[in-house]
Amino acid sequence: MSIIVRIPSQLRELTDGLGEISLSGATVGETLKELDSKYPGIGERLFDEAGNLRRFVNVFLADEDVRFLDGLDTPVQDGQTISVVPAVAGGC
Amino acid sequence: MEFITGLKCKECGRMYPAKALHVCDFCFGPLEVDYDYDAIKGSISRESIEAGPRSIWRYSALLPVEGDDNLSMGTGFTPLVRAERLGAELGLPSLWVKNDTANPTGSFKDRVVSVSLAKARELGFKVVACASTGNLANAVAAHSARAGIESLVFIPHDLEVAKVVTTAVYGGHLVAVDGNYDDVNRLCAELTSEHDDWAFVNVNVRPYYAEGSKTLAFEVAEQMGWHTPDHVVVPVASGSQLTKIAKGFKELYAVGLLDEEPHVRISGAQALGCSPVAEAFKSGKDVIRPVKPNTIAKSLAIGNPADGWYALDTVRSTGGSFASVTDEEIIEGIKILARTEGIFAETAGGVTIASLIKLISEGVIRPDERVVIFITGHGLKTVEALTSSVHPTVTIAPKMDAFVEAMAGRLAGL
Repeated sequence: MSIIVRIPSQLRELTDGLGEISLSGATVGETLKELDSKYPGIGERLFDEAGNLRRFVNVFLADEDVRFLDGLDTPVQDGQTISVVPAVAGGC
Repeated sequence: MEFITGLKCKECGRMYPAKALHVCDFCFGPLEVDYDYDAIKGSISRESIEAGPRSIWRYSALLPVEGDDNLSMGTGFTPLVRAERLGAELGLPSLWVKNDTANPTGSFKDRVVSVSLAKARELGFKVVACASTGNLANAVAAHSARAGIESLVFIPHDLEVAKVVTTAVYGGHLVAVDGNYDDVNRLCAELTSEHDDWAFVNVNVRPYYAEGSKTLAFEVAEQMGWHTPDHVVVPVASGSQLTKIAKGFKELYAVGLLDEEPHVRISGAQALGCSPVAEAFKSGKDVIRPVKPNTIAKSLAIGNPADGWYALDTVRSTGGSFASVTDEEIIEGIKILARTEGIFAETAGGVTIASLIKLISEGVIRPDERVVIFITGHGLKTVEALTSSVHPTVTIAPKMDAFVEAMAGRLAGL
């Protein structure tokens, strides 16, 4: 099982500069938890104290915002890509 | 630049240098330009501004750009029109239209692009890029052409023909993406992480870019004789413009250009087919649920608005409200503004007019208020919206008889 997680530049100081990391997990949430155990410190950037995604963090599975899916409980399949993207971009 | 103290996270307050950065490394909150207002206060006056160029650059002390070597295309200082005929029809005696269709590429985006391009050049960038619903695409392509800088514009594939043509004509790279604006935006946000040598005006240069919208508030106050209106209606896409108009009024007071602290009620206008911020307002909640847009108001079709939360907070804290309107109401709004004031607005302007009408009927906007509405884009950009509802009065043979027959009863004296 291999899932690619894309890391935004803002978090790369925690991933030894890597922009893509190969991980495993049954859901989006599990995969991101594994990301945190592999690169400690990322979790507190992504999640609030209650374990929810922070307001300004968007997570996409195969280019779809997970809020249109089942959020962090969305199941992931082998070979899919999860993108972590800062929410503050775009518009007028 | 001497007045900028850096970039400050709106969420956690961490400070960053004034470089091409847009989010806080720690909490991902948006970064905003921070100024030394006391220093600005000592350097400008109403007189010095009034003696400045008739463009946004008369307010350069309050913009995050160094020096005066700006790429001026004559952006800004657009007419503030007293809308007596529209006001009479709506029962609003003190109504003004800020007609930002009069900008060089026909929308308020010339303001934000002027500022961001000046900043991008100052920071040494050789490529300027953006994610756009069309108006921004026009402005970036035009300004880049004039600056002789390479441009890279990303748009959803299904934009109005005029917005595509009026971008492509300037000769930069135009990338149509098979997806909606939120898809385009996500792609651009990811590309920014890989290409820090590109200035994405509404991603990594966004803190500077967004400041350009403050000039709408500056101009309105100056054009009202250094007074502020009681209530403004602003179209909401990402929500940035609405928050920056609020910031603009506050700043004028902070630097001593207004005699009294402004209390401007700010209301937001959205299309019903893409109204995530209006929905959050009505639900009374703080969470903005993203939506998949479905509206003719494509320039407002952002389902996942970056500044939605701040727009919501601004509207709530100023005692404003939100309206969301149907496509039919949008078209009717465009026609009413054209018919009464001679101003042809794009669909976003139709959203604003229709929302104004709704807010009046709900009693949110009171007849005794001095109201300013922002019309931010030209109708020629979105003529498709009207082609099935606006036609010649008659079509006739080139003969006197044919004219009289066809127009009898329509014109006095026939």
